[in-house]
Amino acid sequence: MTGEPGDLREYDVEAPLVPTGNLRRRIVVNRVATSAATGAALLAVVVLAIVVISVARKGAGVLSFGFLTKNPPLFPTQVGGIAPAIVGSAVIVGLATAMAAPLGVLIALYMTEIAPKSRSAQLIRMVLDLLNGVPAIVIGVFIYGLMVVGHGPSGFAGSVALAIIMLPLISRASQEVLLLVPSTLRDAADALGVARWRTVLGVILPNALGGILTGTLLAIARAAGESAPLVLIYLAVTPGVQTNPFNFGHGMDNIPASIFVASTSDVKTAEARAWGAAFVLLMFILITSVGARALLNRSRRRLTA
Amino acid sequence: MSVAARIRPPARARPRGLDRYGDVALKLLCGAACLLALSLLFDLAYTVFHRASPSISHFGIGFVGHTAWKPNFKIFGAGVPLYGTAVTSAMALLIALPVGVSIGLYLSLLAPKRLRGIIGPLVELLAAIPSVILGFWGLIFLAPAVRDAEPWLHRTLGFIPLFGPPQTAGPSLFVAGLILSIMVVPIIASISRDLFLTVPQELRDGAIALGATRWEMVRGVILPSTTSGVASAAVLGLGRALGEAIAVAQVIGAGTLIHHSLFETGDTMASRIALQFPGYLNQQHVSALYYLAGILLIFSLITNLIAQGIQRRFNPAKGLA
Repeated sequence: MTGEPGDLREYDVEAPLVPTGNLRRRIVVNRVATSAATGAALLAVVVLAIVVISVARKGAGVLSFGFLTKNPPLFPTQVGGIAPAIVGSAVIVGLATAMAAPLGVLIALYMTEIAPKSRSAQLIRMVLDLLNGVPAIVIGVFIYGLMVVGHGPSGFAGSVALAIIMLPLISRASQEVLLLVPSTLRDAADALGVARWRTVLGVILPNALGGILTGTLLAIARAAGESAPLVLIYLAVTPGVQTNPFNFGHGMDNIPASIFVASTSDVKTAEARAWGAAFVLLMFILITSVGARALLNRSRRRLTA
Repeated sequence: MSVAARIRPPARARPRGLDRYGDVALKLLCGAACLLALSLLFDLAYTVFHRASPSISHFGIGFVGHTAWKPNFKIFGAGVPLYGTAVTSAMALLIALPVGVSIGLYLSLLAPKRLRGIIGPLVELLAAIPSVILGFWGLIFLAPAVRDAEPWLHRTLGFIPLFGPPQTAGPSLFVAGLILSIMVVPIIASISRDLFLTVPQELRDGAIALGATRWEMVRGVILPSTTSGVASAAVLGLGRALGEAIAVAQVIGAGTLIHHSLFETGDTMASRIALQFPGYLNQQHVSALYYLAGILLIFSLITNLIAQGIQRRFNPAKGLA
């Protein structure tokens, strides 16, 4: 405002529109705080973008059909392929899912259908939360002491470790979906005199199946990238594609552990191979998580509608 | 046959055939699954402490105070990895708590509906990146960037002993702290977003109607009513940071000494297990690593119980299964 001191007309028109003093300070503080919050959200998205883009730029160049289907080279001068790691990861994670998914669903059924709101359900819930909080590396040394000492490393040991990591995730997700199944369905089945187990198998599980499957998919995405327990039993790995997880005495090749080993070595071709493997793994995990989340929203909407 | 007899409700029908066994089988199966989960946790604790027992009886509780770690001479102390764990986790929490809570505020109160649906899932995807890939990225991309920034950090913040003279090697406690904060931010963000959404709309509207700005509404209504929830989110994040092994092992440089500067290398309990377990030298070495795992297990159980306790005290309705 550049009006002269005597120019009252201009002063009166302009003055009320510009906050002054305390109000001005409050508005500035508000603006600073909201932009800081917006900036924090942007920062997280930018970090995600930087990580994904740098992995893609390093890894996409290595990627080819041969990279996915060939064995690693005998001589470190070539990049070769990661077929054994892909097959090994698939076998280990598949076996872990086969163990964790039925168990997780049964536990969720116990907490929602058999003994809901009981003390034992509360205890189980606490135990699952604790299990979920146990660091993956501790689960790794546990499995090493339980299964590798005396029997030698195997793909199966890795599967059990991943199953322990997946169990709380699957049962928590299943429990959430089971709680969304309308209780009117249960009441209707009870009123018709249907036995509880028939209600569970015929009414409750089919309604919750979509949610349980997507919860399992999210757990698979988590387990596929889990490296800590697998690094500990990445021992005596036989070269070439292995499909038998019960080959005691020989560890199974897998993507996360191979990335870890390559990242701590100085061989350039090994590093290039690790970037390729990281790219394959990251794409699998991102696509699985995004897909699972979309499915989850859909099945949740269907149940609550 | 009289009408009364026909409409008289039948006595509770005895389940017949399959139904007699079906319910029992379902109950037994579910109960067995729960027992298995219970025994898993006990077996885990037993195995870890049983394998650690040679070291526990040999070194006692003094293990946590000693800084020497010499596998060749069978001398082990957890001082260095304990220090590294404390420093990196504290740094991760210091960064991730304000950032995570801010993201929670943005996603629950500030963002337009359409952006909310995009940014929310993106933040959760950040949590989906495997730690081994994040660590690899940290080693190749973040560590050199931090190394280039070290002289500047030392010049501007050098009066704090933590920001010591710049180092030539990439890996450091500082990089590990940054990587851990990237892993903890999505956890705190998604918990606090859900938390802020539970604050009743009327309270928010009331504050705004009284003339409060958005920030004053957050500071005066949202944060006070969710403090304990935010605290439990922070504790859960801390638990995650304490136990992360692989990503830290890749970027921390496996140092064997305690340095006051963040730019020096170090080691955490989890990363030391990850790096030394596959190539252990003798049985004493293994049991010392199991001792570290046992300490880690206790830390994780304590942080989890604290988080659960805070949640239950704050919201008794949520504590029930």
